[in-house]
Amino acid sequence: MVDIDLNMVNWARAQFALTAMYHWIFVPLTLGLSFLCAFFESIYVRTGNKEWRSITKFWMMLFGINFAIGVATGIILEFQFGTNWSNYSWIVGDIFGAPLAIEGIFAFFLEATFFAVMFFGWNRVSKGFHLFSTWMVAIGSNLSAVWILVANGWMQNPVGMIFNPETARFEMNSFSEVVFNPVAISKFVHTSSSGFLLASLFVLSISCWYMIRGRHIQMAKKSIVVASVFGLLSASYVAFTGDESAYVVAQKQPMKLAAIEGLYKGQTKAPIVAAGILNPDKKPGDNQDPFLVKIKIPYLLSLLANRSLNSFVPGIDDLVYGNDEHKIESIASKIAKGKTAINDLAMFKQARKTNNSQEATLSLANFRKNQEFMGYGYLNKPEEAVPPVAIPYYAFHIMVALGTLFPIIFAVFLFYAFKDSLTQKKWLLTIGLISGFLGYIASQAGWVVAEVGRQPWAINGLLPVKMATTNLAPANVQTTFFMFLGLFTLLLLAEITIMLKQISIGPERGEIK
Amino acid sequence: MKNSILNIDKKNRLIKIINSIFTFYRDGFKGMVLGKKLWTIILIKLFVMFAVLKLLFFPNYLNTKFETDEEKGNYVLEQITRHVSKGQSK
Repeated sequence: MVDIDLNMVNWARAQFALTAMYHWIFVPLTLGLSFLCAFFESIYVRTGNKEWRSITKFWMMLFGINFAIGVATGIILEFQFGTNWSNYSWIVGDIFGAPLAIEGIFAFFLEATFFAVMFFGWNRVSKGFHLFSTWMVAIGSNLSAVWILVANGWMQNPVGMIFNPETARFEMNSFSEVVFNPVAISKFVHTSSSGFLLASLFVLSISCWYMIRGRHIQMAKKSIVVASVFGLLSASYVAFTGDESAYVVAQKQPMKLAAIEGLYKGQTKAPIVAAGILNPDKKPGDNQDPFLVKIKIPYLLSLLANRSLNSFVPGIDDLVYGNDEHKIESIASKIAKGKTAINDLAMFKQARKTNNSQEATLSLANFRKNQEFMGYGYLNKPEEAVPPVAIPYYAFHIMVALGTLFPIIFAVFLFYAFKDSLTQKKWLLTIGLISGFLGYIASQAGWVVAEVGRQPWAINGLLPVKMATTNLAPANVQTTFFMFLGLFTLLLLAEITIMLKQISIGPERGEIK
Repeated sequence: MKNSILNIDKKNRLIKIINSIFTFYRDGFKGMVLGKKLWTIILIKLFVMFAVLKLLFFPNYLNTKFETDEEKGNYVLEQITRHVSKGQSK
């Protein structure tokens, strides 16, 4: 039997990242724009003003385009599980089966009923039922995101399961622990609210374009007010949920927190790095300064990580080489336990094959003692447990910087909207126009933090990515990588072309000037 | 007699509901303008994904190699245990 080719692992990784990032272009807009459509329509139903109806229909049309182009792009991730990640998909099949099936059924019924009413039902069902359908689409789209994030949260913090050595699978023993996993909850609230923020920026951006062009001014102003209120609330909530996410990461994935902060030596009263350039030559365990330049805010990292200004936050070196004072076990020690666990598992398998039940029972009991370290047994050296620091570090800081900027943008827009002087503020409209693109950058950066920051793990502490893949030749994955690149680029071009055309046409003629 | 009239009434009501749902969807699809283009994209995309990519490039690896769950489990167990045994023998 041939060893898994690391080149194949990296191509499979790149393919998954490519697909997930393209998929994530469409999803957050669906999550947020559905709610904005519901707000616009609620105002229409409440006021009876037909201008709001046209506004609703216009944004609903853009929502429909985004949904149509994006629908099913996530299924490709599932194709990849079976082909490129067969070890992983077999091992987690019992855990992921339920959440993904619920998501599929939920999405199907939602789309077949309420989507149809939302798009076909104008003038054919009552205003109240139409509005109800729009709200159901918004709520349902967001709820269907719960299940995929439950699955992702489980990978970051595996709970509510036990490894069955007979079947080589993790089996769920507590559905509630899986669903109410703190990582899954913080991930869902942070991810969905970031979608609200992105959609608000999208509406703001297009409305600013109309105002700069001097077209559909009234519609643009009204849209800006609603989007800015929703965006401001969402941005505040994103900051709050981001803080909670960082706290959960500090407790469950301390290595990820250390990487996104470029923290090598643990500290009490740890400062947060507001901005800085990493030293590219820095390696775990050496004495080089991790930063070429940095701006720090005292105490803030301790507060963020442990809700205490004076607490200790472990750095990469503490987590890799251990820290007796703070009772942190070294990775070398975990690797030794992990190798023992895997060896016991192999002995269990052998004993089963030879029908030696006494040996099987003993090996299983020994395996259980160290099973939580199993994943470490696949690492060749302690430093392999460190993610590539620069990528999550810069992605995190870009995300936070933009996340700080967005509420300011919304507040300034609201200020000038209420002064009714938006049309004269060309500089602000230009910032608003650009902010839509910045929203996408922040949104993608968030997933880079989450996924690159958890490397080398497919399942945190239990299965490294290199053991999750299928034993395939890299050429197989390379071919499909470029096919996906072509397919997704085509879809993205289709989305942009159709959207730009519809934006250029504008809302229904005759109803809004 | 009374029961059979009630049953016919129920049946007629059900047919009416099904008919109005059918008409709702039929007219909705007929009246689409931009929607037709979007549905075309969706159908092409689904065809490419399921009939080309899934069938030709993305077989389920374990399903193509093994028939039973036991065989699949044994294979994966072999994959995840051989690494360390090999490492230790070095």
